[in-house]
Amino acid sequence: MAAVEVEGLVKKFKATTALAGVDLAVPEGTVLGLLGPNGAGKTTVVRILSTLLRADSGTARIFGKDVIAHPNDVRSMIGLTGQYAAVDEYLTGQENLEMIGRLYHLTRSDARQRATTLLERFDLADAADRIAKTYSGGMRRRLDIAASLIARPRVLFLDEPTTGLDPRSRIGMWEFIGSLVAEGTTILLTTQYLEEADRLADGIVVIDHGKVIARGTSDQLKSQVGGHRLEFTVSDAADLPILRERVAPLAVDDPVVDEQARSLSVPVRGGAEVLRDALRRLDDSGVTLVDVGLRRPDLDDVFLILTGHASETSPGGASSGGASSGGASSDGASDGGAPVATGRHALKGADQ
Amino acid sequence: MTTLAQAVGDGAVITKRNLLKIKRVPELLVFATLSPIMFVLLFAFIFGSAIPLPGVDYKEFLMAGIFTQTVVFGSTITGASLAEDLQKGLIDRFRSLPMARSAVLVGRTNADIGNNIVTMFVMAVTGLLVGWRIRTSVLDALAAFGLLLLFAYAISWLMALVGLSVNSPEVVQNASFIIIFPLTFIANTFVPTDNFPPALKAFADWNPVSSVTLAARELFGNTSPALPPPDVWPAQHPVVYSLIWIVGILVIFVPLSVRKYESVAGR
Ligand SMILES: Nc1ncnc2c1ncn2[C@@H]1O[C@H](COP(=O)(O)OP(=O)(O)OP(=O)(O)O)[C@@H](O)[C@H]1O
Ligand SMILES: [Mg+2]
Repeated sequence: MAAVEVEGLVKKFKATTALAGVDLAVPEGTVLGLLGPNGAGKTTVVRILSTLLRADSGTARIFGKDVIAHPNDVRSMIGLTGQYAAVDEYLTGQENLEMIGRLYHLTRSDARQRATTLLERFDLADAADRIAKTYSGGMRRRLDIAASLIARPRVLFLDEPTTGLDPRSRIGMWEFIGSLVAEGTTILLTTQYLEEADRLADGIVVIDHGKVIARGTSDQLKSQVGGHRLEFTVSDAADLPILRERVAPLAVDDPVVDEQARSLSVPVRGGAEVLRDALRRLDDSGVTLVDVGLRRPDLDDVFLILTGHASETSPGGASSGGASSGGASSDGASDGGAPVATGRHALKGADQ
Repeated sequence: MTTLAQAVGDGAVITKRNLLKIKRVPELLVFATLSPIMFVLLFAFIFGSAIPLPGVDYKEFLMAGIFTQTVVFGSTITGASLAEDLQKGLIDRFRSLPMARSAVLVGRTNADIGNNIVTMFVMAVTGLLVGWRIRTSVLDALAAFGLLLLFAYAISWLMALVGLSVNSPEVVQNASFIIIFPLTFIANTFVPTDNFPPALKAFADWNPVSSVTLAARELFGNTSPALPPPDVWPAQHPVVYSLIWIVGILVIFVPLSVRKYESVAGR
């Protein structure tokens, strides 16, 4: 039995369809990263799973307990950190945590002890006796996360847990999440940071407009987007045509030229050998290279390509690169890419 | 049985949390008590000189009315605080915990009894300083304060529903002023209803604010045979009539508010 099982979840808010049939499962002791652009429905999934919101149809179970039929059983197994920090500003950090602990029905001394431990763990020991109103945004965020951990939940929902944290706190949070998983906690986290999903998540589900458009491990998703790309930057934009001509035989799809950035990006097949080959082809071409590299797609590419939001980002390398690698994505999928994808791009790939 | 014990325990945790806020932001209570003090002084000295009543000093007549008006206004704190909790996402947090569904509202309304006790105490002292007297027994006076608190408690549950429905403390304040001002003025709070226009008099005589005020006034002994209550049932049985309203409001609004809490969404 999976820790979290969701089937056919549908939720409408008047005219808006927030969820249009979402299925997902999180095996016990693993981390699922729920990715999606703004308004995709991530928070709605989390709210339904944490019993705050009723779905219009579909089921959601936590360790076999239905969130609607047995809400209290579910609540005692879960911890929730919502998208916005929910701490009581008029209580101290210590009092906030003790209160939540008591409401999970820990004994007074357990609650106190857990509170102290967690405040230390989250670098808040010095501020433990200050009211939360005086906390900075990042401190509130950490206090909020500590509150969701007070009763050692078996399943933890984190809705954009590191939004608003500085890089040091973010890395600290990642380490902490890692240690929770090592202790057996199951985690479903939503995030806008692909690096975060890449680093933490065992499985990734990408949703957009309330539908799952791709799922798999981070590696599977990356290979679905396509293979490597050679990226060149030249010192003079006038060199771009000749550069393009010389490396054309290596391209497996249309190269992308960005005059403004004086760069060329070429989808290729193969690894480092292709790079050596490309450089050899440029011998005696007179092209002056400022930068050259072989890049594997990262989750940013996956995200942009799958959600089709590339064209909405600012013009430049990312935009044109994303649009063109849409073709590479189909290639990847028709190559028999492992991920089970149900989005339009994957379908396009499957049709070919 | 364990669920009942748990509900009581959870309610106590939330009550404590709300009372801590009074300690942390004492300004709230200071301003909540300053305005009734101001009311007592203004009415006693400005209107007191212009409103002669047969057989009873206006200052004495006035106090019960001001007590009632103040505790009714005090109950807007219930709605405003819940709206604030909702806005700040705290209600969402509480709703994700395995705690009793009633606890947040029970804890809120309990704490507001505390608010009202402090406010009434300050007002009573002010009143005594400017010449108000309790002419009955301590027990009668306690009964009067008890009735006022019960009435305030019932209105708190009504305000809880308002607070959970509007999601903004400012809206609660504004909306409740529109309702509470007429409710507490079209009544016997500041002047006898005898000379009201007929429609207003009928409203005033059946207004629970009037019956609570009259009950308190009689229990404090601030009445006079020269100033008999209107000849309508509520005025003849002010305590019973008040209790009927209190029970009625609680029976309707406790379940409605708890139901609302169960489905309410924060941000
Ligand atoms: N209470 C609500 N009333 C009306 N519409 C809502 C409500 N909650 C969510 N929605 C709508 O449902 C859709 C999904 O919202 P949701 O908050 O789940 O998105 P999200 O993926 O969490 O976005 P973000 O990354 O911005 O947090 C959006 O179009 C949103 O406007
Ligand atoms: Mg969200």
